[in-house]
Amino acid sequence: MGGGWGGWFARRISLSLLTLFLLSLVVFAGGQLLPGNVGRAILGPLADPRAVAALNHQLGADRPPLVQYLGWIGGILHGNLGRSLEFRSPVAPFIGAALVKSLKLAAVAAIIVVPLSIAAGVAAALSAGTLTDRVISLAGLSLTVIPEFVSSIVVILIFSVWLRVLPISAAWPAGADPFEQIRHLILPAVPLVVVLFGYIARMARAGTIEALEADYTRTAILKGLPRFVVLRRHVLRNALLPTITVIATQTSYLVGGLVVVETLFRYQGIGSLILTAAIGKDFPMLEAGILTVGAIYIGVTLIADALAILLNPRLAPGMAG
Amino acid sequence: MSAEPGAAAMLPRAESARGGRGDPEAPTRWDILRRSGTFWAGSGIVGFWALAAIFGPRLVPWDPYATDLLHELAPPSAAHWFGTDQLGRDIFSRVIAGSRDILTIAPLATLLGALAGVTLGLAGGYLGGLIDIVLGRIIEVLVSLPLIIVALLVIVALGPSAVTVVIVIGLVFAPLVARTVRAAVLGERALDYVAVAELRGESAFTIMFVEILPNIMGPVLVEATVRLGYAIFTVASLSFLGFGIQPPSPDWGLAIAENYGVIAGGYWWTVAFDAAATASLVVGVNLLADGLHGALTA
Repeated sequence: MGGGWGGWFARRISLSLLTLFLLSLVVFAGGQLLPGNVGRAILGPLADPRAVAALNHQLGADRPPLVQYLGWIGGILHGNLGRSLEFRSPVAPFIGAALVKSLKLAAVAAIIVVPLSIAAGVAAALSAGTLTDRVISLAGLSLTVIPEFVSSIVVILIFSVWLRVLPISAAWPAGADPFEQIRHLILPAVPLVVVLFGYIARMARAGTIEALEADYTRTAILKGLPRFVVLRRHVLRNALLPTITVIATQTSYLVGGLVVVETLFRYQGIGSLILTAAIGKDFPMLEAGILTVGAIYIGVTLIADALAILLNPRLAPGMAG
Repeated sequence: MSAEPGAAAMLPRAESARGGRGDPEAPTRWDILRRSGTFWAGSGIVGFWALAAIFGPRLVPWDPYATDLLHELAPPSAAHWFGTDQLGRDIFSRVIAGSRDILTIAPLATLLGALAGVTLGLAGGYLGGLIDIVLGRIIEVLVSLPLIIVALLVIVALGPSAVTVVIVIGLVFAPLVARTVRAAVLGERALDYVAVAELRGESAFTIMFVEILPNIMGPVLVEATVRLGYAIFTVASLSFLGFGIQPPSPDWGLAIAENYGVIAGGYWWTVAFDAAATASLVVGVNLLADGLHGALTA
């Protein structure tokens, strides 16, 4: 560690801020410049031109783009994410509530997928080259590309329509206890698990194989340590490091998956909030939602990178990142 | 390639693209490919759907668009192998014909992304400098947002159309393809043939497209196939959400969205076959990509 650590962190944070700035430009361009005429896009082709002009004026969309951007980003920096066109109130409370719900769903998915996929990946690595390895790798490879709406349909048909053991909708009745909430979130979590499983398992497998072949593992074995101890202390520890980074980078994918899953299971999370805003052309809500999602991703990867270095000081010297 | 599921195949072996050259004893790329089970399985599935997309609409037993209000939601039978949907349309015919739109839009988007990405990647890797730096930042922004959400934003802004979908996906893919190409180019740059071409006074354009490009076609092809799988994933999901292929197309994602509301009543056949078709196509493309990856970049 030492002096390089502070420098690395400063550099990494400034890169994150730069990315965040570029992200805001993309979102702004998509939400306020691309439609050309925001008022027209909202009101439709048949609306009275005066109503369109009035709405554009009310939204500030008749100002030059740079002024619009500065006004928008300035508001965000002061904690004002904008006002929803549909609900005629600030978007921040909606986004906050939706985030909490999405986090619950993501947590259930993570609790299932992380141990499952790491175990599968390590098992594949320990039997590398055998049929077991091939089956795990191929299953992961194939499951990863199944769109969420397809795996959702499969589990709904099996568990809700046929066996009738789990609810078809994720929206739990008011006042449901945590256990009941989790019961409602199991099915929606499956499609996310299906996609993430192959990816994490693949990384865990690669990490384990690399650790198995490393000098320190050979030394530990030659020292006469029991196989189990070598595995736990030397192999797993080093194998799981890249896996942390991978899990972090999957946050971005996860939110995309949430759009589909939350819509299918009628769950009011950030994904369905973004989709509803998109359908209703509620541009302020859409922009704030997307910016939030991107900011979360950037924050999570930053934390994961720092964590990876903290856990593995060998990455630190030179601070290559 | 972190942020997307379809990219899994790209990770480990990319650096060792040297195989297959020189050593006469080693199996050629074609040998590896010919013995790859995943390659053949993937080719079979994708080939089936490609044929269905081209000839299917003319061969199916019923008109995929014809409604029959007397036979709504009929279960699978001898007349209607996969049953009928809420409008009495024959689901077997619709599933077969439903491959056409997605197998037009997704490959076009991939082609656009590959062409733009190869150009950018060659420039970034060979010329370096500003292009390289800008490319790195763009990729950073792109992976921070799920493709579905970027697509939603642009499609809402421009209005849903097949052209918009192709352009959005293509433009998002371009920098991601460029990253792979750039890495491959960096490996080639140091080789003698590039130095020789430079000494001969060939232009940068010739060196990039005539000298380097043919030597990195393996990784490019693999990347394009992986991207194709991801394009199908995205187009299907967008269609399901109502922002992709539009009615009355027999598209699978669209069909599932249209019939999803009735499955609680037990009408499983209205969605099950479309789901299976979608799954088989994406898995097929991914198996194909895995086979190519093993042969072309090993």
